[in-house]
Amino acid sequence: MKVLIEISVNNEITTAEVEPRLMLVSYLRDVLGLTGTNVGCDTSQCGSCTIIMNGQAVKSCTVLAVQADGSRITTIEGLAADGELHPIQQAFWDNHGLQCGFCTPGMIMAATELLARKPRASEQDIRHCLEGNICRCTGYENIVKSIVATSMGNLDKH
Amino acid sequence: MYPANFDYYRPKNLKEAITLLRKKKDAKLLAGGHSLLPAMKLRVSSPNALIDIGHIKGLDNIKVGKSAIRIGGLSTHFAIESSKAIRKNCSILSDAASIIGDMQVRNRGTIGGSLAHADPAADYPTVILALDAKIGASGPTGKRQIPAEKFFRDIFTTALRRSEILTDVRVPFFKPGQGGAYLKHRHPASSYAVVGVAAVIHINNDAVNQARIAIGGVTVNPFLITAAADGLIGKKPTVQAIAEVAAKVPDAIKDPLSDLYASGEYRRHLAGVLVRRAISEAVKRAKKRR
Repeated sequence: MKVLIEISVNNEITTAEVEPRLMLVSYLRDVLGLTGTNVGCDTSQCGSCTIIMNGQAVKSCTVLAVQADGSRITTIEGLAADGELHPIQQAFWDNHGLQCGFCTPGMIMAATELLARKPRASEQDIRHCLEGNICRCTGYENIVKSIVATSMGNLDKH
Repeated sequence: MYPANFDYYRPKNLKEAITLLRKKKDAKLLAGGHSLLPAMKLRVSSPNALIDIGHIKGLDNIKVGKSAIRIGGLSTHFAIESSKAIRKNCSILSDAASIIGDMQVRNRGTIGGSLAHADPAADYPTVILALDAKIGASGPTGKRQIPAEKFFRDIFTTALRRSEILTDVRVPFFKPGQGGAYLKHRHPASSYAVVGVAAVIHINNDAVNQARIAIGGVTVNPFLITAAADGLIGKKPTVQAIAEVAAKVPDAIKDPLSDLYASGEYRRHLAGVLVRRAISEAVKRAKKRR
């Protein structure tokens, strides 16, 4: 059995006939070639496959591509507009928020949802939000610092 | 990892879903998929068909009635955590929802999926039991309401019949003088409850009038610890009185689960500690609601 799906990915409509068992992360990586979304644990623990689906951060290793039919998805590739880094990406750069970089796309996508929902997120909010994202380099301090910097940046604007 | 192959159906309404469920003998229902899909990827479960009810309209409503809230089965943990009506009238459920898994899991996982899956380490079953909630199910012969006490039958097993779909959960409002608390010792990797305790206490004239205390994670299903709850009735909930009933909890637990992280003995011990803390917190909140 194959199912026809239509998903908006980074503001582009994509369509494909897929096996129902195809996971969304495999659709993004193997069908669309968007390899910025990583597969870490593959068991919805580590968060490196986090993407934004209909405005919410989800672990794409635990969503079927067919479940995402009709949805709007943003991946790490969709954050930088016109070659300009997204403020959270820039903050990771500025604050040494990445070491090996493997968890970074997931961390940034999780933070994107939090700051969209709560622009003045506190450090505690940020740490709570990142519970589902694991950094094997254990570089959490600078990751949190990067997101706090973005949150504070928004505070300055208000 | 990927699951074994299966056929995929996406019914438009509940009736279609029930018909499909009756026709496809080996089918499983798919909502958020946060219990089912990991099991399928590990090939612990290999159904030959999935019936995706995730798009059925109206199943994710949270409706406030006169004395109860009706929570649609497709309501996500995030929706429950952030519902103002639930926070105001039944905050123990908001508290439990806010500590399930992690943000991404709470965005996808549903209360109906969690209850129907009946994982011994899940959070909602324990809370639902302490709340004396009712679970709504629809099947080929119509609708029925199942009291939480009769819903959980065995490990990963509920009272739902094969062609029935869990549609909603009805939780009663907290009355004045009633307070609840859910506390868990969470597994550091999975966030599941190694032990979770939900206490709902009603206080009248400074004495405990009603008490329902449920313990989850320790045995195959959550259970009400009536011995501890009854020991409080008619008494002032002093530190000593609470400690006395909590001290009896470990010995009252038969056949505790045991694994590499927590032995049965450790779970029994934790249950006693968390019962004491959960009652204390519930009492504190009950006093605030007088």
